[in-house]
Amino acid sequence: MKPFAVFPLHKKHDLVQVESFEHSRFLAGGTNLVDLMKHQIESPDQIIDLSGFEQAYDITDSEQQVTIGTMVSNTELADYAYQQPGLSLLSQALLAGATVQLRNRATTGGNLLQRTRCYYFYDTTRPCNKRKPGSGCAAINGFNRNHAILGTSEHCIASHPSDMATAMTALDATVHTCNANGETRQIPVRELYRLPGDTPHIETHLGADELITAVSIDKTPRGTHIYQKVRDRSSYAFALVSVACTMQVKDGIISDINLAFGGVGSQPWHAQAAEEYLRGKSATTELFEHAADVELSSAKGSGYNDFKIPMLKRTLVHVLTQASEHQNQHPEHEGAIYAR
Amino acid sequence: MSSITINGQTHALPDDPRTTLLDFMHQHLQLFGAKKGCDHGQCGACTVLVDGERMNSCLLLTFQLAEKSVTTIEGLSNGEELHPLQQAFIDNDAFQCGFCTSGQICSGVAAQQELKKNRPSTLWFDPNHTKTEDLKERLSGNLCRCGAYPHIIDAVSSTDDSQEVK
Repeated sequence: MKPFAVFPLHKKHDLVQVESFEHSRFLAGGTNLVDLMKHQIESPDQIIDLSGFEQAYDITDSEQQVTIGTMVSNTELADYAYQQPGLSLLSQALLAGATVQLRNRATTGGNLLQRTRCYYFYDTTRPCNKRKPGSGCAAINGFNRNHAILGTSEHCIASHPSDMATAMTALDATVHTCNANGETRQIPVRELYRLPGDTPHIETHLGADELITAVSIDKTPRGTHIYQKVRDRSSYAFALVSVACTMQVKDGIISDINLAFGGVGSQPWHAQAAEEYLRGKSATTELFEHAADVELSSAKGSGYNDFKIPMLKRTLVHVLTQASEHQNQHPEHEGAIYAR
Repeated sequence: MSSITINGQTHALPDDPRTTLLDFMHQHLQLFGAKKGCDHGQCGACTVLVDGERMNSCLLLTFQLAEKSVTTIEGLSNGEELHPLQQAFIDNDAFQCGFCTSGQICSGVAAQQELKKNRPSTLWFDPNHTKTEDLKERLSGNLCRCGAYPHIIDAVSSTDDSQEVK
């Protein structure tokens, strides 16, 4: 790991005192960044340490929304969201990711900004446009089993690995930020990320001096929640394919639907085309299959990940079937399907 | 000066901010109970408790842990008197080479506390899960290359006095 200076941030207005954001990184829990620094994939000159960012450790609950501080751990958020049916999709997704040790340390803001687990991004002996712009992409013609099929470009096919961000995309969460001038803004998480295009090293719309301070989620009835993750082993593995879904069915008609996919997109994938196709229609298997085809019309495999296209279709149809059957049987149901 | 407490003893934080908690314990304090397996947060051999919560000490930069209290495998026993889970590992023959054991035990102790606090696992959304499967899920962050998992699960189950998960 290369030497670095430490700037301790205690409140968001301390950002104004940071002399330069070039070659700086915000450090929250460090479960991803510290690892990347060990590999020297990240080698910041300065760490802006958020461990003392005291305003950012709370979850606040108002009538309209829940606001989650950026330093709230994945464990704390999963526990909280488990108790709130309206947020339970988030709990199901968080608990499907990583291990307890990592979730105890990983944070809300950090989870959103974690980097891809593309093997070639991690292998510093191989070209990678995300790690070293302009060097090429070893994954496109390489072993690309865990790579994306949606939103890719000829320069990068890396997938976004987060389960939490996939659920937040389905729940239409809002990211709150602050920059060094004290300016704040609110960005829908669905608009936080950038497609790779020819600049895959630029992953979000955040400025270099812009800090995520919190994430908020509106309290809206969304019906039945399901997070379905498919992976190579049943615990502690990234998604090959995941589907986050909330669905309301009234008199057999899909009145409201939110869909996001994990493991398959260059970013947590908001399945907007499928949502629009499904909304207001009668819930049938045929409809679900067509919705999958609509969303997957732009999907592109790169060889070893071709299987993700039919796998995503089957997973989506399964989830939509399960959610609509549950809504038909329990029209007032809100939240995940709990086992106990 | 900022300090960190490890097994009840207070230490000044290391000067070099690159020092992980695992390296601090090994190289500064001669505490070798937590093991360096992968050094990338994948194997769990370095698991310790930070303010009672289990974490991978290889991914923790020590400078971020000012005023925190850490418990390692060395801090679980009371002198020569073993922690009940340490004794259960012996009674259940729950280790072979022993390299992962200190992480497994720290993780198991924390898992039992988490069950008592009624913390959910992903299997709490699966109506068909069993208590053993739930425990396996909770311990999945600790790898054992000898494959002693069945006995590890037996050991942790034998000292588990939490309420039935199902």
